[in-house]
Amino acid sequence: MVRLTIDDRNIEVKEGTTILEAARENGINIPTLCFLKDINEIAACRVCVVEVVGLEKCVTACNNEVKEGMKIYTNSKKAREVRRLNIELILSDHNFTCPTCIRNGNCKLQNLAKEFGITENRFEVSFEKKTWDKTLPLIRDFTRCVKCMRCVQVCDKVQSLNVWDVVNTGVRTTVNVRENKKIGDVNCSYCGQCIVNCPVGALSERDDVKEVLKAIDSKEKITIVQVAPAVRTAYGEGLSLSREVATEKRLAGILKALGFNYVFDTVFSADMTIMEEGSEFLERLDDIRSTGLPMFTSCCPGWLRFIKSEYPDMVPRLSSAKSPQGMFGALAKSYYADILKVPEDKIYSISIMPCLAKKDEETLDDNHDIDAVLTTRELVRLIESSMIDVKNIKETDFDSPLGVGSGAGVIFGVTGGVMEAALRSAYYLVNKKNPDADAFKDVRGLDGYKEATFDFGNGVKVKVAVVHSLSNARKLIEKIKRKEVTYDFVEVMACPGGCINGGGQIINIDGSDLAARSSVLYGLDKNNNIRFSHDNPEVIACYKNYLGKPLSELSHKLLHRDHVKEMMKVKGA
Amino acid sequence: MYTEDRQEAVKEKLYKDLERRIVASPTGLCPVDLTASFVRLCLSESCGKCTPCRVGLNKLAKLLDKVLDNEASLATLDLIRDTAMAIYVSSDCAIGQEAGKLVLNSIEGCYDDYKEHVQNGNCTCNSKTPVSCVNMCPAHVDIPGYIALVKEGRYDDAVNLIRHKNPFPIACAYICEHPCELRCKRMIIDAPINIRGIKRVAIEKSKNPKLPKQNEDTGKSVAIIGGGPSGLSAAYYLRLMGHRVTIYDQRMKLGGMLRYGIPSYRLPRKRLDEEIDFILSTGIDVKLNVSIGKDIDISELKEKYDAIYIAIGAHTDKKIGIEGEDAKGVISAVEMLRSIGDDTMPSYEGKRVIVVGGGNVAMDVARSSIRLKAKTVDILYRRRKADMTALNDEIAGAEAEGVNIIELMSPVAIVKDSNGCVSGIRVKPQMTGKIEKGRPKPVDKNEEEKLIPCDMIIVAVGQGIEGKHFEDKGIGVKRGNIATFDSGSIKDFDGVFAGGDCVTGPATVIKAIAAGRVAAANIDEYLGFYHEIISDIDIPRVSFDDKVPCGRVELKIKEARERKDNFDPIEESMSDEEVLQECSRCLRCDHFGFGVFKGGRSTKW
Repeated sequence: MVRLTIDDRNIEVKEGTTILEAARENGINIPTLCFLKDINEIAACRVCVVEVVGLEKCVTACNNEVKEGMKIYTNSKKAREVRRLNIELILSDHNFTCPTCIRNGNCKLQNLAKEFGITENRFEVSFEKKTWDKTLPLIRDFTRCVKCMRCVQVCDKVQSLNVWDVVNTGVRTTVNVRENKKIGDVNCSYCGQCIVNCPVGALSERDDVKEVLKAIDSKEKITIVQVAPAVRTAYGEGLSLSREVATEKRLAGILKALGFNYVFDTVFSADMTIMEEGSEFLERLDDIRSTGLPMFTSCCPGWLRFIKSEYPDMVPRLSSAKSPQGMFGALAKSYYADILKVPEDKIYSISIMPCLAKKDEETLDDNHDIDAVLTTRELVRLIESSMIDVKNIKETDFDSPLGVGSGAGVIFGVTGGVMEAALRSAYYLVNKKNPDADAFKDVRGLDGYKEATFDFGNGVKVKVAVVHSLSNARKLIEKIKRKEVTYDFVEVMACPGGCINGGGQIINIDGSDLAARSSVLYGLDKNNNIRFSHDNPEVIACYKNYLGKPLSELSHKLLHRDHVKEMMKVKGA
Repeated sequence: MYTEDRQEAVKEKLYKDLERRIVASPTGLCPVDLTASFVRLCLSESCGKCTPCRVGLNKLAKLLDKVLDNEASLATLDLIRDTAMAIYVSSDCAIGQEAGKLVLNSIEGCYDDYKEHVQNGNCTCNSKTPVSCVNMCPAHVDIPGYIALVKEGRYDDAVNLIRHKNPFPIACAYICEHPCELRCKRMIIDAPINIRGIKRVAIEKSKNPKLPKQNEDTGKSVAIIGGGPSGLSAAYYLRLMGHRVTIYDQRMKLGGMLRYGIPSYRLPRKRLDEEIDFILSTGIDVKLNVSIGKDIDISELKEKYDAIYIAIGAHTDKKIGIEGEDAKGVISAVEMLRSIGDDTMPSYEGKRVIVVGGGNVAMDVARSSIRLKAKTVDILYRRRKADMTALNDEIAGAEAEGVNIIELMSPVAIVKDSNGCVSGIRVKPQMTGKIEKGRPKPVDKNEEEKLIPCDMIIVAVGQGIEGKHFEDKGIGVKRGNIATFDSGSIKDFDGVFAGGDCVTGPATVIKAIAAGRVAAANIDEYLGFYHEIISDIDIPRVSFDDKVPCGRVELKIKEARERKDNFDPIEESMSDEEVLQECSRCLRCDHFGFGVFKGGRSTKW
């Protein structure tokens, strides 16, 4: 233990504790801006500096450890004035037109300026004016970047893609795509983790709200909207609603109120994905065993971009099943168009996703089954701008017949969920009876790299792995390539924690509570009467009335993709 | 008449501070940005009398800013060039002229970068040197890491950490040219850290360095030709990776130039043997007294082994090329140093020795001759003492021991007596001339030749490689060196790699070591593996004391009178207080500045 004083309080903390941790453990607040625990501890912004008695120079609290006998002042005249000046400097280098900023009200720098009572700036304001291609899903606004380097570090350390880098030197130092390339020319997965970790409005999604509003207002179009499972775990955070109020049924009601003609649930098509992917898995099992190479899930578009650019040789190991978004889009413009008795081009299909890469998945699809993708953040902006009093919106059921989802489908939104849902149905396909719905819960949890083996009986043992964040995906593939591990089935989600923490999710400037978001989904699973995808009556009806059976000719046409062919479209692949 | 006022004194200090800062500049900075700031400095020195200097430099500074701000076009670059040229050729004095020249050199030498700024608003450069010492060390040893370990008294860990990238911590503690110190950031405050001195403490105090974990046997075998620093380094890492290694060397003992090129007063043989034994303890086969081309053919080796690394060094001597060089008593530095390499010493008692050359090797042979009891030792050099390539410490050390330096004298012929033995050397006085390739060229002075009587001449004017056998076998030789690709592999010779002095020409030990490590990695890859060499040594956290200016501790050299009649080591290690102070001066660039963000530490390769 180390004893020290912070602001004249005697404090005892474990050796190796940083000044920041020591202060926070003892209820003393030290402001930070660039700091991101374990990922960006580089002391760039100099906002967390404190005064250490005996030293002329200030010390950053975020990345320096406490020492025995230290006397620290976090709020002395020197510390306060230096911090304040540094914030003024950051502001003078930043395009702080806050009212028109996408992060207005949800910005770490804005908060700091307010906390420090900065009402005027002693420096002339000037900022860089580089331009950016605004047609791609990921948008960077150079004028607002504060060079905290979080995006660089997240991409390097969490996603192992090194898309961002520091370029130029001196006053012209900035963050740009590595080697000054264009974002469309590198291996960006569009996971959007750089966006959710940006403390200010320098990174954002392409805003497609206007397109969607145009469709809602159009007399020609029938708007069909689907909502991904993870959206329901977070939209309430963006609207300051409690979890009790921010239910998925309230969301269905809100979407109706916004004027969408039909409001459906992506959980339904997640169940369809399980039917197709689970059947495919059993069909491919012999091949998996003989090659020693697993089948990979294919529902995460960030992961798909990753594997296509980083490990093209592994692409044939992907399941050919479309993602739930893709399956929904295909069924909406075929099966459901038939039910509505309208031509498919009359349908405008929108999906609300916790994801940035879904905006790109849409462009890869030749059929244009999906017309627009909105992230959870865009949804919240759409709701806010329509002046709906959300608290007074009644809870509503999703429309039918694409609106019922099982508990298995809903957990797609969290790491391990796709695997668990698939195992539940695969077990059924092998044994013709349902297992205990919670039999596969070993794959749950936020560990980055999980492994499990399950005995299905009938001589079938399945070895699976679940990884999230692309650095873990890389680790896993490297192990497979070195023949250190073999798996039958592997689930990969690009974002840490899965879609609940997707690149399109609501941003909480001090970090999102992933455990809370994840428990929303597991709660919905637990309380659902239907725990198995194959027991979803609307799925059964879809096969009975339209597709025939999983992997049928029509299923292949509508619900599967040719990843090898599509690889051509991914730059860097 | 006036007295220097206080303001002048302050400015004088500012100049000195800036001077050190410039020396410590990181590599990879933007040439346009640097040029723009240099121009402003030049402009502040302008007296303002003449137009091109006063007005032109200001315009240049603004044009350069436009380039940096992506507000310029290719025409701007032409205007910059024209303006710089006009300032160069039409300013009234050197302040303007040389400022114009500076901009011309910059834009012509780095035109691609200027163009990139103009066309795409980017800089082609990126400062990738977060930790200057690590970057400057050819082997990229984790220097801040081992300094921190020495500071905490963890000497074994320090030595183990050095060996992660460089298997010669002992040899390098004695004789490394320490390029790591050249751009040490501490220079911004006072002077570079004495890195080699700290390493010396580590090797003196380390008692039980441990061999890292070796990979299991891969079943692959590699032959290494030449047991010098490069060959031994490659062997060490290849063994750690699990390959079987055999070293072939033509001498009686391993070590190459470390043994047969560096006199033992600089590198004690006991310590060298200790170092080599440690490397061999990985389990390396050694075949001594075998000469490739004479005793065994390289094609035989190719059949027997899966890969070959040629690291034969540069052990042949260059001649002066003057009459009488065949006289008895004329020997080469290589020959001389080889003869004393195994610590068996001839006597030069009563002899008048002339050493021809001005590099470190010339100093080594001159200082060794003193120790072999020569009556007089003179170094003969065509240029000025200031132009010598030898390190200043070496020159001063030689002079203190009684070596006399005859500068600006060019050898013309060696004079023999009736027995064919050398009796003197005829020399032509020189004057220093125009600067070419950074050094002034000596030219004949209008003075009579002189005769310097002597009994022995040692020629130290450069070395080459014994590459004939390899050339005969079809291996490419370029400017006297073996030609390789960047990976060290050789065209049309699958599985054959080369590195060290035989590829680069005579260079430093640390470069040879680095080449050996690169070869090991590339040979491993060639053999179908990607072994990782990992260091798991936990590096002490930083302390954040204010870094107040403080002198640099130098290693103490024994008094000349104590050292000049023996081959005992001349350099003493630091005391405990000294090493603690020196380690505390380290700015820990691995933690502060860019290092903590990118490139501060690589724990595997």
